Amino acid sequence: MTALFPLELKQVVVQRQSKRVLGPVDLILYPQGPTVIVGPNGSGKTTLLRVMHGIERINAGQVKWAKDDPAKHAFVFQTPIMMRRSVAENLAYPLRLAKRPEADIRTAVDYWLTRIKLDSVKGSSATRLSGGERQKLAIARALIRTPDVLFLDEPCANLDGYATRDIEVLLQDAAAAGTRLVMATHDMGQARRLAQNLVFMLDGKIHETGPSAQAFATPKTDALAAFIRGDIVT
Amino acid sequence: MFEIWEGLKAAFWLVVSFDAELWEISLRSLQVTLTALVIASTIAIPLGTYLALQRFRYRRLVISMINALMGLPPVVVGLMVYILLSRSGPFGVLNLLFTPTAMIIAQVLIITPVIASIAHQSMRELWAEYHDLLISLNTTKRQRIITLMWDGRRNLLTAALAGFGRAIGEVGAIMIVGGNIDHATRVLTTAIALETGKGDFALALGLGFVLIGIAILVNIAIHTLSQTEREGRW
Repeated sequence: MTALFPLELKQVVVQRQSKRVLGPVDLILYPQGPTVIVGPNGSGKTTLLRVMHGIERINAGQVKWAKDDPAKHAFVFQTPIMMRRSVAENLAYPLRLAKRPEADIRTAVDYWLTRIKLDSVKGSSATRLSGGERQKLAIARALIRTPDVLFLDEPCANLDGYATRDIEVLLQDAAAAGTRLVMATHDMGQARRLAQNLVFMLDGKIHETGPSAQAFATPKTDALAAFIRGDIVT
Repeated sequence: MFEIWEGLKAAFWLVVSFDAELWEISLRSLQVTLTALVIASTIAIPLGTYLALQRFRYRRLVISMINALMGLPPVVVGLMVYILLSRSGPFGVLNLLFTPTAMIIAQVLIITPVIASIAHQSMRELWAEYHDLLISLNTTKRQRIITLMWDGRRNLLTAALAGFGRAIGEVGAIMIVGGNIDHATRVLTTAIALETGKGDFALALGLGFVLIGIAILVNIAIHTLSQTEREGRW
């Protein structure tokens, strides 16, 4: 299990063109997960994930890992970014960056192709895949280097039930294998199924946080209670 | 109309009779143009990619300059190279004036901005597509440049072919620095200019059709040899 945690965010603020999009945020993530970040659109979920992963510049505050190693993070974007390569070469790319031996790359790629059921299209261009297949490929490409922590930004947005189920199985297996998941979603069903800890965001700030069972059963704030009920929260 | 027909006939007979002089000047045209293309591409493609990735002071100015240099008048380039290589010029000691090398230098100066500008434009679009992924994978600058150049190779090939088109049809600069010397620096374009001056329009048109044919054949050959529609190792 990961020595990267705890991850501590202290008074983190992100501004874009003098508009505050996040913060101030204080949050501590411990090795136990998955953590699911929920909240309406524009509440700052994506920005918070990007800050934790280190790809968003912060204007104030601190992001402190117990032992930081960016090579052990991975990120899956809401809109999967497919490289203009074959499906197999997309999977191989992170391993090539890490200069793994060719035999190891082939073994890992073949394993993941079978695992995500894309072995029949391994030579096809990844840009021709369907939305669900692209997202599965993006997750497999993130997991192929067995990261200690995987950030996911609404990985099942716009996917049907079957594709969502396949992706959740992948994520649950990754979590069971020791990858710490931190995921943003506004699908409360998915949050219930996957979360161990829940972070509820509203208006760029963390509104409520705690163990998910407790947060779903007895939300501390009216806003989270309303969000869980499916009401419009502003 | 009659002259075009005569030109087509002349082109046909020049080709089928394996006219020695035609072969000589055609091969020289190809030798000069392809050498210039290789040198210019080696400079321009990494430069265009670097400009797409790297933020630095005066970057916009550099890009504007390169774009402006696309329209550089070949006669002015020829004149500058002539002055630099003439006996009284700084490089006169090298004795390069009126040699194919001088023609290559002039062509490199003319087509480098063309290739760099088109390469920069296509790499900028690819970088916008790949930015988040490559940043999240913690890639080095070198790895980003190599990845963009590899995945954007089809666009870069188009940039190189645009440079080839400009170079193979160039006449002003190479006439000045090459001198159109028979069996030494005469190429298809300067031969066409010469025959037109002599009033032999049929032969000039014939050479023109041969030139167009070569340009088309080279384009087809490069696309076929580079197998741009095929994928990698899987």
